[in-house]
Amino acid sequence: MTATLPGRAERTLMEGSEALVRASIAAGCKFFAGYPMTPFTEVLEHFARLLPEAGGTCINAESELEAVGMAWGALATGERAATGSTGQGLSLMQESFSELTLAELPMVVFNMARGQQDYFQATRGGGHGDYRHIVLAPQDVREGVELVQLAFFLADKWRNPVLVYGDYLLAHTQEALTIETLQFPELPPKSWAVDGTKSGSGLSGSVTPLGVSKHGQPSFGQEGKAQYIATKTPLMEREVRVETGFLDDAETVIVTFGSPAKFVKYAIKQLRADGHRIGYVRPITLWPFPYDTVRDAAAGARRVGSFELSAGQMVDDVRIGVSGQAPVTFIGGVSTDHSGFGMGRMLDVDVIRDRILALHTDRELPVIPGYEEFTYALAPHQQEAAR
Amino acid sequence: MSTHTPRGPVLDTTVAPAAARIVEALRPELLLTQEHHMCPGCGEPLALRGFLDTLSEMGVAQRSIAVAGIGCYTSFSGTMDVDLVQALHGRAPSVATGVKRMKPDAVVFTLQGDGDMVNEGLQEVLHTAARGEQVTCILLNNGVFGETGGHMTATSVIGQRTKNSLDGRDAEYHGYPILIGDLVSRLEGAAYVARGSVHNAGAVARTKKMFRRAFETQVERRGFSFVEVLTMCPTGWFVPTADGPGYMNDTLGEVHIMGELKVDGVVRTTDELRIENEHRQHEIEAALARGGLDT
Repeated sequence: MTATLPGRAERTLMEGSEALVRASIAAGCKFFAGYPMTPFTEVLEHFARLLPEAGGTCINAESELEAVGMAWGALATGERAATGSTGQGLSLMQESFSELTLAELPMVVFNMARGQQDYFQATRGGGHGDYRHIVLAPQDVREGVELVQLAFFLADKWRNPVLVYGDYLLAHTQEALTIETLQFPELPPKSWAVDGTKSGSGLSGSVTPLGVSKHGQPSFGQEGKAQYIATKTPLMEREVRVETGFLDDAETVIVTFGSPAKFVKYAIKQLRADGHRIGYVRPITLWPFPYDTVRDAAAGARRVGSFELSAGQMVDDVRIGVSGQAPVTFIGGVSTDHSGFGMGRMLDVDVIRDRILALHTDRELPVIPGYEEFTYALAPHQQEAAR
Repeated sequence: MSTHTPRGPVLDTTVAPAAARIVEALRPELLLTQEHHMCPGCGEPLALRGFLDTLSEMGVAQRSIAVAGIGCYTSFSGTMDVDLVQALHGRAPSVATGVKRMKPDAVVFTLQGDGDMVNEGLQEVLHTAARGEQVTCILLNNGVFGETGGHMTATSVIGQRTKNSLDGRDAEYHGYPILIGDLVSRLEGAAYVARGSVHNAGAVARTKKMFRRAFETQVERRGFSFVEVLTMCPTGWFVPTADGPGYMNDTLGEVHIMGELKVDGVVRTTDELRIENEHRQHEIEAALARGGLDT
């Protein structure tokens, strides 16, 4: 469906996953491999449909392990490539995510997560060793279209994987959009890529996570490679991106990210209208986390709350940022829908507003109706350990 | 009286020796150095020479891309003068798929061991073959994890002693070896499947022809191609270096039967291969009796 508003380019109604795919193609993505898994499945469907038309290739990988491997190979030839899944599927890919960082391959990874419980996975990683991925968390489809293109740029800029953290809402919300190709600064040619033409010349190349290189060429060694990557990581921290609102006189600061941030911002706007001095910090990059912004926001505040749909993951980063200047309270919670794929009943402006107001007025957090019966209680044999 | 019998020809010291051959001249064009870190008696350098020379002879060297797995042979990644992508343990066929889809004119091959391909990444090679991916997978099969110091793999044969099957591989306790070439040959997408070895000169020459047919299959885009090479690992087998080839032939060679398992889409059974091999052996013996082999 297309529609044209006066003075606007023609817009097309499309679901978020299609928009993310079209943004990827606009960014020059030539290869995608994935394995279906709700709520990521539609991203794969749109790549399978749209990428071949655009001169690229989409493979229905037989597993997530193979999907990430295929994208690895495509990237090594210098083309832009991506893979993705839900957090569950990304768990399978963690070995590759760690080693891709050592191989300095610019992979873009989509996580259409089942909620926000993959924050640790995205920012700490489940893989081995010291590595970081830049993590971009759009709040809606419109921002997703920009951040996906930024993801491909940043991946190449740093030769490091970049993860786009979405969810059921981002993947499935329909919006009328125009996919505009964004312009980014020029990047150096990928002289590190291999295409076979240097084979037999004495100057063949290799793309490897190991510290080895071709005989006669300078080599890191395993020891040097680890040092080299470890010194790159802090430099990538300058890519921090954050949005803030109503912080100037805020007594209460709420930190929130992704789709739920839009709900939180709306609730805060309502509370502001009632005269409550509440502001927010929305990390757009989950890594690097905007510690400085959170620190400054907490400096004049009485309390800080972290709202996220998990058992409390980002709250760790909030505490690091706040650095003891104000008490930090986790005001979110685990909340999935009946299927386990989408967001649960906590993602509701009324529920969120009540929780923020409870924090703001130093009251106890309200219990989510229906969740009490699932509260874990200590059994007699566990009392001892609890002392 | 001495009972010692010389084992080799006695040098004639009454005449000047023949000019020494320059070893460097025998270095494959696609090797940057002859140095390697393999153990004495290892079969992997022989296999390496076989496929590198084949790429040169076919004139496709300058469009070839290797994807290496993780094992002893990984050290070849720095000495092969071939553009290379290093994969994780077991993942080379998927990586090769991504490479080939982006560079369809390149000759893309994986280099994997039995631990890499048949243990860690079994599904990768099967799926890549089933997809009919236009790549060549090369398996160096010595039936043992050589790099870790001699441990049982999925291709270790029954009775094989390793550091984690001390009394020999017992079918009841450890299960049976996987005959990977046979498995791959059953898949529709696999166009050419062969199992060679490097335990003697004849086998080396025969295996080199297999490499040629496999790479030709890829160049002509006829489907997935696969060459399994049985290689000696006397260190990992805990046998004297010189016993490696014989041990290989008597153990691995008796289970993983050599020969072309699939040519032009036609699968050949183990029995057919055994008969062919016996026939070849008779021919060789007859030729030797006549005074020598042509090739």
